[in-house]
Amino acid sequence: MVERRPFSNLLAHLILWAGIIVVVFPVYYTLIASTHNPRDIFNGEIGFLPGGVPTENYKAALFAGAKQVKTTPATVMMLNSLAMALMIAVGKIAISIISAYAVVYFNFFGRMFAFWTIFVTLMLPVEVRIYPTYKVVADLGLLNSYWGLSVPLIASATATLLFRQFFMTIPDELVEASKIDGAGPMRFFWDTVVPLSRTNMAALFVILFIYGWNQYLWPLLITTDATMDTIIVGIRRQIVTSDANTDWHIVMATAVLAMLPPVAVVVFMQRLFVKGLVETEK
Amino acid sequence: MAEVGLKNVKKSYGGMQVIHGIDCAIKDGEFMVLVGPSGCGKSTLLRMIAGLEEISAGEISIDGRVVNDVEPKDRDIAMVFQNYALYPHMSVYDNMAYGLRIRGLSKAEIDERVNKAAGILQLQELLQRKPRQLSGGQRQRVAMGRAIVRDPKVFLFDEPLSNLDAKLRVQMRVEIKQLQNRLGTTAVYVTHDQVEAMTLADRLVVMNAGVAEQIGAPLEVYAKPASLFVAGFIGSPAMNFLAGKISGDGRAVELAGGARVALADGRFASSAGRKVTLGVRPEHLVQDGAGTAAHFQLAIELVETLGADTLLHGRIDGKGDGLIVRVDGATMVKSGQTLALHAPPGALHLFDGETGKRLSD
Amino acid sequence: MRKVGFNNKLLPYLLIAPQIAITAIFFYWPASQAVWQSFLIQDAFGTRTEFVWFENYEVLFKDPTYFNAFIVTVVFSTAVAALSLGIALLLAVQADKQIHGSGPYKTLLMWPYAVAPAVAGVLWLFLFQPSLGVLAKLLRSMGVDWNPLLNGNHAMILVIIAATWKQISYNFLFFLAGLQSIPKSLIEAAAIDGASPMRRFWTVIFPLLSPTAFFLLVVNVVYVFFDTFGIIDAVTHGGPAKATETLVFKVFQDGRLGGDLGGSAAQSVILMFMVIALTAIQFKYIERKVHY
Repeated sequence: MVERRPFSNLLAHLILWAGIIVVVFPVYYTLIASTHNPRDIFNGEIGFLPGGVPTENYKAALFAGAKQVKTTPATVMMLNSLAMALMIAVGKIAISIISAYAVVYFNFFGRMFAFWTIFVTLMLPVEVRIYPTYKVVADLGLLNSYWGLSVPLIASATATLLFRQFFMTIPDELVEASKIDGAGPMRFFWDTVVPLSRTNMAALFVILFIYGWNQYLWPLLITTDATMDTIIVGIRRQIVTSDANTDWHIVMATAVLAMLPPVAVVVFMQRLFVKGLVETEK
Repeated sequence: MAEVGLKNVKKSYGGMQVIHGIDCAIKDGEFMVLVGPSGCGKSTLLRMIAGLEEISAGEISIDGRVVNDVEPKDRDIAMVFQNYALYPHMSVYDNMAYGLRIRGLSKAEIDERVNKAAGILQLQELLQRKPRQLSGGQRQRVAMGRAIVRDPKVFLFDEPLSNLDAKLRVQMRVEIKQLQNRLGTTAVYVTHDQVEAMTLADRLVVMNAGVAEQIGAPLEVYAKPASLFVAGFIGSPAMNFLAGKISGDGRAVELAGGARVALADGRFASSAGRKVTLGVRPEHLVQDGAGTAAHFQLAIELVETLGADTLLHGRIDGKGDGLIVRVDGATMVKSGQTLALHAPPGALHLFDGETGKRLSD
Repeated sequence: MRKVGFNNKLLPYLLIAPQIAITAIFFYWPASQAVWQSFLIQDAFGTRTEFVWFENYEVLFKDPTYFNAFIVTVVFSTAVAALSLGIALLLAVQADKQIHGSGPYKTLLMWPYAVAPAVAGVLWLFLFQPSLGVLAKLLRSMGVDWNPLLNGNHAMILVIIAATWKQISYNFLFFLAGLQSIPKSLIEAAAIDGASPMRRFWTVIFPLLSPTAFFLLVVNVVYVFFDTFGIIDAVTHGGPAKATETLVFKVFQDGRLGGDLGGSAAQSVILMFMVIALTAIQFKYIERKVHY
């Protein structure tokens, strides 16, 4: 900073810590609640410290699910979420990198048309065409399947644009050197473009994994079979409007389980995460 | 090893022609330099030889085979790029071996060739490094290594030294020349730097606006520049130009400022009265001594001391055309002084006042 | 497109085919279906459909519940955008001041991005649950008759809090990146010119940050329009009495429960145009770089 001002610096720290408390508190409290027994939670008597049942609620959530409203065990739901998130992330990256490669490195009839066809999809999230898309998936017989969960969400332009932008920064001379070395287009793709794109692919993977894991409306709509529930949808099914029927201890444990994978990805792959976030939004 | 032949080679982008028919026969083992200012078409011409640009008209042949429609990989050439174009994710070894692997050479042979090239270029210690861990000069060597492992018919260099600092550039220039001498491979080298061109070339092509102004050995181009452009481009500091016309008897040039410069006997008698540009290199002007007649009085405005030499900038009679003279570094002169100068007849160049072409002696 | 490339004829089509196919099947076809259906009315048994031009739209614009959803969306998005941008900017400016780096603060503040909106909704629902939530109890002890299940305003406040909480981290990251990209020399120059810290912020830093702020504003509005579906569905179900029913939530409700496909399609089409307009504005302004 330009000048030293101890007071303003102290204030800055205070504001930041207040912000952190606000951000952390709901999650901390959920974590605490998930270690208390159902009766204490129901009576609102859990305080701010861990309870006496550190693992019981998790065992119940993972292997049995809620009792009052029957729900799927969290292990199954987490596997569903994992499958969906991985299929979306890998599928999007695979499809986008080859289409971006086509658009950047080839001059073919209809190139601009293809580019704009993809580009326009940037603007419209699945929510605005939800029922017709549902109908397509139903007609294809993909309801209650991993394909139905993931493939429609793969159709988006962000990843393609990111790769296109990155490819534009690869020097032309590298293509020329490859040509002189005798590499054809697919060889150049595998030997040079893919290795150089590794960081971008990883960053994109982080973002898309979170995106896929956290999907809500789409899985809610196209899965009617409870064993196909993702964990995000599953939590919702555990909550009943009449409070007495909600197993809050299970809900809390499930919520922690639902947050764990994406939060871990953000925290442990922080640099890739920030890179992915900033670059997909350009 | 091979000859490279260019026959009336032209290049157009859309309707715009940028190279206007170049003819040139590069001999086996020759070091040919294409030199000219940026935008003159020298790089485009090189890339056409490489097969990276299509040839709009004319014919390019390598080792007797017309290669107009041959892919770069099948032309048996190797190229060193201005920014080196090393594969950033591959080690030095892999950078050099990549092209050999694609060509399906055996592991043992690749290993032998890469190690041999690494030995020549003193890269043995660096083979496992990535390009980003290398200095500029080392990267340059790897780029050359990639070219020589292939043992191609022709080396193509596209301004390979322009990203290096001045000292390294001189060092690498010497290395390139020695390497080419040793391997005896035909080389085509593009540069905008006339010192590089003069020192490296067996012959050079001076290009301007898509035209080959002159093709010849460095000293020939220096001694007998074919046009005003070549005269001004080759040599540093650039040649002095003075407007004038040939006197009635054809024995002298009468300058616009009134001075009269004698020519070697009677060579231009037939051109009496013709408008010309007189050229004389700064290093060829001599201080007026006994036995020579002074041509101009130079009022010195600026003195640049380079050590070995001193450059004097001034004006004829303090008001006419600007002139630069190179004198010995020991000469003591100050700005404000006036110097009597003589231009020896043998050091004069005459160019047509309209076309800029050299008037033949 | 670059000038250096490959000349293969068939290969580019093969490479681009998968994405074009998926886009056509799951994007263009459904989107065009939505437009087409918005012009149709189906009778109650689904046996007869009639092409009615803009009747679905007319019905919609006269429908007080649609107007309600529109107002709810405006209030909701304005509140969330203003709060999350304001708080994030405040935090980002403080973090940017830290001499010893903003790294740890960044880590501590950014992870809520990874929490699903629906889960964020559940966390806050639990805190504000009238009978057992710890914050609800606090409010009651202060004399507030807190009940989001019955009181529409309370429900709205709850979803605003949850949606804001979730969005702060995203805005924080972008504001911090924006602040850190401002050359320090500019701020030093302003200081030498004698500008006080506050003045420096409003006359130098804030104008340079305005492209980021504008970008975030658009992103936040789009976020509130769509991604908050999970929060609303988990926390309030659009209730009580449609007090938190946003446009997207209404599309969902009408299509699923009401079976009014024509009306739902017409709502989708209107939403599409809103998003297209927002995106277009954003592109236009980004091109102009807002302030440079």
